[in-house]
Amino acid sequence: MTYPNSLSGLRVAVTGGTSGLGLALVRQFSGAGADVAFTARTAAAVERTAMATGAHGIVGDIAAKTDIYLAALQVLGVLGGLDVLVNNASTLGPVPLSLLSDTDCEALESALGVNVVGPFRLTKAVYGALAGSARQGRKPLVINIVSDAAVSAYPTWGAYGTSKAALLHMTRIWAEEAKGDGVDFVALDPGDMDTPMHALADPEADPSALKRPEDSAAEILSLVRDRLPAIGTARVGETA
Amino acid sequence: MNAPLRHRDVGPRLLVLDNRGWAIDRPRSDLSTLFEPGDLIVANDAATLPASLFGLHEPTRADIEVRLAGWVDAGDPTRFIAVLFGAGDHRTRTEHRPLPPPMEAGDRLVLGRLVARVEAIEGHPRLARLRFSGGHDAIFAGLAASGRPIQYAHRPDPLALWDMWTPFASRPFAFEPPSAGFALDWRMVDTWRRRGIGFATLTHAAGISSTGDPALDARLPLDEPYDIPDRTSQLIAETRATGKRVIAIGTTVVRALEAAAAKSGSVEVGGGVASGRITGDTKLRIVDAMLTGVHQPGESHFELLRAFADEAVLRHIAVAIIGRGYRTHEFGDSVLVERAK
Repeated sequence: MTYPNSLSGLRVAVTGGTSGLGLALVRQFSGAGADVAFTARTAAAVERTAMATGAHGIVGDIAAKTDIYLAALQVLGVLGGLDVLVNNASTLGPVPLSLLSDTDCEALESALGVNVVGPFRLTKAVYGALAGSARQGRKPLVINIVSDAAVSAYPTWGAYGTSKAALLHMTRIWAEEAKGDGVDFVALDPGDMDTPMHALADPEADPSALKRPEDSAAEILSLVRDRLPAIGTARVGETA
Repeated sequence: MNAPLRHRDVGPRLLVLDNRGWAIDRPRSDLSTLFEPGDLIVANDAATLPASLFGLHEPTRADIEVRLAGWVDAGDPTRFIAVLFGAGDHRTRTEHRPLPPPMEAGDRLVLGRLVARVEAIEGHPRLARLRFSGGHDAIFAGLAASGRPIQYAHRPDPLALWDMWTPFASRPFAFEPPSAGFALDWRMVDTWRRRGIGFATLTHAAGISSTGDPALDARLPLDEPYDIPDRTSQLIAETRATGKRVIAIGTTVVRALEAAAAKSGSVEVGGGVASGRITGDTKLRIVDAMLTGVHQPGESHFELLRAFADEAVLRHIAVAIIGRGYRTHEFGDSVLVERAK
């Protein structure tokens, strides 16, 4: 599938870019001409995705405090700045899914680390760049990937749902606070997709009944296109 | 880092020197209440590179430290001007660090995950031009894996990258932090905005502050590239047209703005190189006031104040700094000086 070359000049970072929705986003943003950097934990997978998409691959663990600034350094180094950050990397928490009463404290902490504290740290590390993008009239956007589990109380989804609810609320607060700086924040629920993570959560699910991650990625791209009218082909330079 | 730094310290202070030569002590949090509607704050948004690399000079197998200190081509990470040290680390004051082994063009340096070759020795055994192997992605990955921020002898605990980035850090372009920006935070920018005070940025490659070698230090600052966005140039023009003031956050902003205005008298958009020092003889065309760290008389940053104020005021500053116990260094207190000349 080819995409119209309409996002050229847009600088995009995606966390968790080697599988599921993240990989689909890296493919589609790259295909649409954006300059894309992505992170993931496994060097071999990062290299494979970078080769296949032409995007800049960065090895790093969103849950590791010491990896965050090193990832930010590489993102901002190779892109020269940042217009769109997609906090997509995510963990389910304990697998198989368990009741909160059966969930280890460490498992909850680790889910909060990947799904809340990690996105917080990375967003903070690149906030200077995002606000800089806003001062250039490029309308920067942070997209935090959440879930209906952030809103509905699904039994056994406790660690995941709690962490996604926190991410959703953090997104709302940051959206309010960042208005003056011109940085937009949005939390998106991509729906139940046929991804490795969904297979972990619900091995019995019929993949054909699930949404394709490519379709969710396409929806996110169209949102980016709609919200960033000034960052179109060849118009980027003119908006500075 | 365990110890809190910068504005998280208890009560950082601000010495305000107005254009009549009066010195007033204030808590630094008062910065958000200073300035007038229509004034424009300009900060340096460069992120700081982890510019210190340890490794081997392959021909002699000698331990070395390489401190990246300047761009050869602004923003191209394959080539850097670097300051070289022999064995040891930041806990030894730079002036006591041994020379690196004798080097010549073509020598290979193995610096953790990075490999570089000496392209040229730049007229001093500690100063070299290096070319790194690999593409931009690989070099930034290598800097992330093997580089550390340049450390200070006065801070024995290692400083991490997050200690070195100001709130505005964007493109990794500086070799040492544009540290005046540590005095600011987003709440302050928000308060200024509500009061009608503008905020803009430029990117300037703040360079190495001292090598400990008098012959080399006499050559500092090295030529430092900068980049000025359209919008920043435009806001400065509007500010000046309305008779309001341009306030530079740090000496690097003064250097960039005055270099960019040297030709035409107004701040030209785009990339350029700030070279030479700002001294008492420099006529400031753009900057009306500067926020800077606290520096001792004799340091090049202190000497730059001569462009803003005359000898009597500078003596005032020196007395206040010592007598009132202002904390010097990158994470210390601040001085706001208005142009009186």
